Order: sequence, then structure tokens, then C-alpha cells
Amino acid sequence: MNRFLLPMAVFVPLVAILAIGIYHAPEKDIIASPLLGKPAPDFSLPDLADAARTVHAADLRGRWYLFNVWGTWCGGCRAEHETLLEIRRANVLPLVGLDWKDDDAQARAWLTQLGNPYAVVAVDHAGRTAIDYGVYGAPETFLINPQGLVVYKVVGEVTHDVWTREILPRVPRAAFPGT
Amino acid sequence: MLPELGHFALILALLLAALQAFFGIAGPALGRERWIAAVTPAVAGQFVMVATAVGCLAAAFIGDDFSVRYVASNSNSALPLFYRVTALWGAHEGSLLLWILLLAGWTVAVAVGAARLPRAFAARVLGVLGVVSFGFLLFTLATSNPFLRLDPPAGDGADLNPILQDPALAVHPPILYTGYVGFAVAFAFACAAMLEGRLDQEWARWTRPWTTTAWAFLTCGIALGSFWAYYELGWGGFWFWDPVENASFMPWLVGTALIHSLAVTDKRGLFKSWTLLLAILAFSLSMLGTFLVRSGVLVSVHSFAADPARGIFILAFLVLMIGGALALYAWRAPLLKSTAGFEFGARESFLLFNNLLLVIAAATVFAGTLAPLISDALKLGTLSVGVPYFNPTFMLTMLPLMALLPLGIHAGWKRGRLSDSTRVLLLTLAGAVIFALTLCFGIFAHGAVLTPVGAALGAWVILASLVDPLDRWRRGLSLSRAVLGMTVAHIGIGLAVIALTSVESFTFERDVALGSGASTSAAGYEFRFDGVAPIEGPNYDGVGATITVTRGGAPVAVLKPQKRQYWVQHQLTTVTAIHMSRGNNLLVALGDDLGAGRWSIRIQIRPLVTLIWLAALIMAIGGAVAASDRRYRTARAPAAAPLPAAAGEQPT
Repeated sequence: MNRFLLPMAVFVPLVAILAIGIYHAPEKDIIASPLLGKPAPDFSLPDLADAARTVHAADLRGRWYLFNVWGTWCGGCRAEHETLLEIRRANVLPLVGLDWKDDDAQARAWLTQLGNPYAVVAVDHAGRTAIDYGVYGAPETFLINPQGLVVYKVVGEVTHDVWTREILPRVPRAAFPGT
Repeated sequence: MLPELGHFALILALLLAALQAFFGIAGPALGRERWIAAVTPAVAGQFVMVATAVGCLAAAFIGDDFSVRYVASNSNSALPLFYRVTALWGAHEGSLLLWILLLAGWTVAVAVGAARLPRAFAARVLGVLGVVSFGFLLFTLATSNPFLRLDPPAGDGADLNPILQDPALAVHPPILYTGYVGFAVAFAFACAAMLEGRLDQEWARWTRPWTTTAWAFLTCGIALGSFWAYYELGWGGFWFWDPVENASFMPWLVGTALIHSLAVTDKRGLFKSWTLLLAILAFSLSMLGTFLVRSGVLVSVHSFAADPARGIFILAFLVLMIGGALALYAWRAPLLKSTAGFEFGARESFLLFNNLLLVIAAATVFAGTLAPLISDALKLGTLSVGVPYFNPTFMLTMLPLMALLPLGIHAGWKRGRLSDSTRVLLLTLAGAVIFALTLCFGIFAHGAVLTPVGAALGAWVILASLVDPLDRWRRGLSLSRAVLGMTVAHIGIGLAVIALTSVESFTFERDVALGSGASTSAAGYEFRFDGVAPIEGPNYDGVGATITVTRGGAPVAVLKPQKRQYWVQHQLTTVTAIHMSRGNNLLVALGDDLGAGRWSIRIQIRPLVTLIWLAALIMAIGGAVAASDRRYRTARAPAAAPLPAAAGEQPT
């Protein structure tokens, strides 16, 4: 073989490996969360709408829902807010918010001003629950099934693509309302 | 309006890059004079457009325009102005823009310097640079546009990652990228030579100063990154063999091989196709680094937000650029015949070993970096490769390289008559061994086997490098900048080897729990913990400790390590306190609050660690001096005439 072709002969398999690497790259985020397939951690936190009431994780069992960690201080949360409203309008599964290390008044103003996509918002001032969920930064979103197991986790913003390509296909059609 | 203007300027830059690439490559191929003449204006226009785009983004950061998504994600109104400017390259999109700006800057510099080159060749070089720029601009616009708006705008930004809120962010990425991007120039020279089908010694002389300058920047950038990690991450390490560190180190190793191989091509007209391959390789590895960092393929502390779509784009670009260059190589390199020969033992043979060892070193780093990926791809399970692999394999190539260096600089070109220098080599070796024994057994009285070996080799490199320049200086002879720069750089690498092989064995590290007023002693120093107090900065608060260091009762320093909590991202960062004392680097980091006024404190005493960064700086200075040699700046003689300067060195 022509020895000047040798570099090319090394390059081609390398590209193949990198391509396989990209193909697997999305899975790395999933593997990164030890919670996948495990029960969503329990919590009892005050309700943002009415601090006298308490949101219990156990009460959320029995249906599919999205658990979204956000805060008014978080730019990515602002960016994904439109998508969250779209999810609310789609009316496939409820959004449960975790308002993380935030100011209650500001959080309520945010929801009034931008629209409220959440069925209920739990308030986590101390950040304990976020630690239980292994939250690394806001926003993060967990897809949780009726048995209370974490099925999927989105690190960063939920975009329209993530919603239609990653989240929706993981929810069985039978769980959709009206079917 | 400004973000739209920036976006528009970026689109114009893309169009100009396309023109630059097309006219630069097609013009000389078809012999169209007017097309060739259009290349330089395209270069200038592209630079102006890219600079405008960067200016618009900077204005958005400075003016707290949180309607721009990138600004909202990486800045905050409480962020000090200095960091609002540097935050521009604090994440993926902006750093890509910085990359493009530096490439446009290099291209302008080449266009200015190209006045001395044949017109057709210069056009080809600029054309290839246009292709590179086009690819990166398209990548930015298609997948990573920093000018995207948020509608409605965010009230405030998510803030810059606290770890990046450090003065080092202002210098480390720009200098490192200048080095990375600089190898694009060597790559363009190589592609232009292949397109032309001609590569002579003059070509090597044109390419050398660019390559050496890029290498000097890369050296500086890597050292700065290492220093930053040392004081910021708080673990007191200076090199972690992290994939992203490796991504910058591999082009450095191959670039080092390239500047040596170019010397042979320049002086003797040899190693032509090998030099071309190294030029392609050095830039390919820079691009691969970009890919690894931004595609989410490898997990690293440095990674940008992973996005497979970006990964696919860069991979396609890599295939076109590198695959294209390698295809061109397979087609054209066989035409380049080297006519001269050399004997074993001549300087050429030592430079051949230098190149082999450096490329092997780069290959081992490459294998270690990609091993987890390959193991993953072949479903062999998750594999982690770290220090136990990298350190020994790297030493295995570097120590022989150091042992050959003194021989190489004392060997003559072409003929292998090293016997003339036997006396000098033996004397310097003896001096080096005495130095190493004194260092290990006299000063520190302990150390691993590696330490005396490394110290002796490093010292030998330094002493042997000094012999000829000192001799010329004593006899009142002048010294060219090329030789002076080489000597300085070799002294730098010698110092680096001494420091790197010594630092671990002499390091003293200790984690202690201290209550207020308690003290501990380490390596002759006394550390007294004077308690903690709250601190408040512009966008963070936290605690700061005061630790008084004394030696034999005499005060040495008051160290104030901190733990900061940044308000917006709620991230805790550790700020270590460092003090230099008698060549020792004293590092103190504040750990956890153990309750009842007791805190865990990490104390590290590292002799010689500062020498590592100093040595790198010396190497970079050596490169800069060598690149400024008058030989590279002389005006080009009329196209056909042979160059008088080179005539004396032609093989006979």
C-alpha cells in the first residue's frame, strides 16, 4: 500500500469511533443520574400558592407527571417557560414545580406575569429536596411514572424538541387523557 | 438593535469567508489574476465584520441586555464590569466567536506578511484559511448563535459560572486559542504547498516563524491554565490529564515536533512530506480538541453544554477538513522528493528521534484520552484512564528525548561526527549529575528514583545548551536570534523537567482540623489558625480565614483563604491562599466547618512548583525570540533569483 495513504487509513476508523461516541452521547446524561429507575425522593413542602397547605410527594403518585426544578433567578428557567406553557396547553400530563431557593413573592409575581404552567408548586427554601433529587443546576426536569419511579431526566432547558422527542414518546398513549 | 447588527455582521463574515476561500483557491488554479486580487479585501472585510459582531456582543454584556439569551445565561446585573466583558467567552457560543475573531486576526497578519510571498502561493494560503473560517462561522450561525433573543426578556441573568469569575479568564482562553488557531496558519501553508505541488526550503522558512509563534502562545496558554487550576480548584494539583487538558497538550506535542521538523526542511531540504503531515496533524488535533470539548462525547470538568447536534456538525467539518487535507497529502506528498541524505549521528538523525518520540508521546496521550470512548463504542464497559497510565507512559518518551537533546544540539548537520564534542558532553553530564545529587540528597534528603534521573537530565540539557552560546559570547561573536531563542527554549524545557520530576517527591501535604488559636507545624513552618470572619463581595458572600505562618518564630506570611457562596448560582467556591517563601509554594485551602469553631484546613508545601510555570514561560519567550529572527523577515528576492542567505547552507 502507498505509505502516504497511511494517515488516511488511521483517520477513517477514528471518525467511526467519534461518530459512535456522538451516537451514545445523549445517553451519558441519563446514565449520569443515579435516580433513573429509582423511586422519586419523598418530600413535604409548603405550597407556593398557599403556604398553609403542604405538598406531599406521596400524593402525586398514581399518574404520570413532570417534576420541574426552577427559580426566578435562573435564566434557563425563563428560557424554557414558553415550552412549559405549551406542555400545560397540551394537557397530557401535569407539571409539578419545585421553586428552588427563591423568594416567594417574586415567584408568585413571575407566575402571574408569565403565566402559570404548574398544577402545583412546592417551595424548597433550604434546598434540601433539590439535594435529594441530585439537582446540579436549574432548570432540571424529571419524568415520573404512576409508580413514583424516575423514568427520564432533563438537565437544562426543556425545549420543544425535548418535549416532543424525548418526553412524550416515553409516556404510554394509554396514559393520555381522553384515550 | 445591536444584537441583530452583530448577527448580520456574522452572516456577512460568512459570505466574505466563502469568497476568500473560493478566490484564494480557484484564482491560482485557473490563473485568474483578478480573482487573486480579490482575496485580500475579503480578508480585511471579514475581519471587520467579525470584530463588529464581537463588539455587538460585548455591548450586550456591558449593557446588561438580558433579552439576548446568551447574555441572560452567562451574566448578571450584579456581575462586576470586568467579568461582564470576559463572560463573553465564558461559554460555548462566545468562545467560538473568540476563536473566529482570533482566526480572522491571524489571517490579517498572514495577509500583511504575505507581501513577501509569491502572489499565487499567498492567495492559496489565505484561501485555505478562508475554508477554515467558513466552517467555524457556519457552525456558529447554524448551531451556536450567540445573538438569539429571548422573548420576553429575562429580568436578570443566570450569572457567569463562579469558577470562571477569576482574572485568569481574561487571559487564559484568548492566549490558548491564539496558539490553537495559529496552527491553522501552518496547516494553510501545508495545504497551499500541496495544492501547488511544490515544497522547497524557502517554503519552510516562510512557515517557521508562524508556527513558532503559535507554539509560543500555546505554551503560555497551557501554563496559564495549569496555574489557574492550581489556585482555583483548591486541590493544589497542577495537571490532571483531564481530556480537555490533553486536548490542548496533544497539539503542543505535535507542534513541538513540527517546529523541529521544519528546521530540518529549512536547513537541509529533508523531511518534506513528514513536515507536511505534522502540520496537518497539529491543526487536526486542535480541531479534535474543539470537538471533544463541545460535543459531549467525553465527560470532563471543562465541558461546555453538551449537544450532539453540535457534535455531528463538527464531526462533519472534521471529516471534510482533515479528510480533505489527508487525501491531498496522499495524492501530492509522493511528488516531494528529498534528494539530500545524512549519516547516522548527524543532527538530522537526532531530530528524527525527537520527532518520533514527540509523536509517540502525543499518540500515548491520544490513546489514553480516547480509550474510554473506544471502550464505550465497543461495549467493553466504562473505562477510566488516569494518572497511573499517563505519568509513566509520558516519562517513557520524555526522558529519552531529554537524554538525546544535548547530543543533538552538539551534532553537526549531515555528518555524524559527534566525537568532536565528547569532552564537552561528558563535562556537562558530570556537572548535571553533581547538581542532581546535591538537590536530592543535599537539600531535600529524600526523593523517588525518578527525581535524581529527571534532575540530572534537565540540568544536562541546560548546561549543554549553554556551552556554545557562552563560547561565542566569550569570543565576542554575535548570536542570531534563532539560536538564542532555541537556547532559551531548551533551558526552559530543562527547568521544566527538573521541576516536574521533583515536585511530587518533595511535596508535603496535610489536612488538619484546627480550632481558633490552635496551630500546627509542617516542614519547618508553623501555621496558626486565627479563626474565620464573614466576607462580602460584589456578588457573593462567605467566610474568610486568617492563618498566620511563621518559621522559627519569625513571621512569614498571613494567609487568607476563603469559601465563597455566589448569590445567583448558589455555588460554593474555594479560594486558596498562596505564598512564596524561600522557593516553597505554601498553599492553604479552607475546608469544612466542623462545628464549635473548628475547621478543616488543607496545607500544602510544594517546592519548585512555581518553576513549572516559569519554565513554560521561558520556553514561550524562547519561541518568541526565535520567531523574530531577521532571517525570516528579509524581503523576498525577485521570484526567480535564489536566496543569498540560504545559499551557504545548501547541500553540495
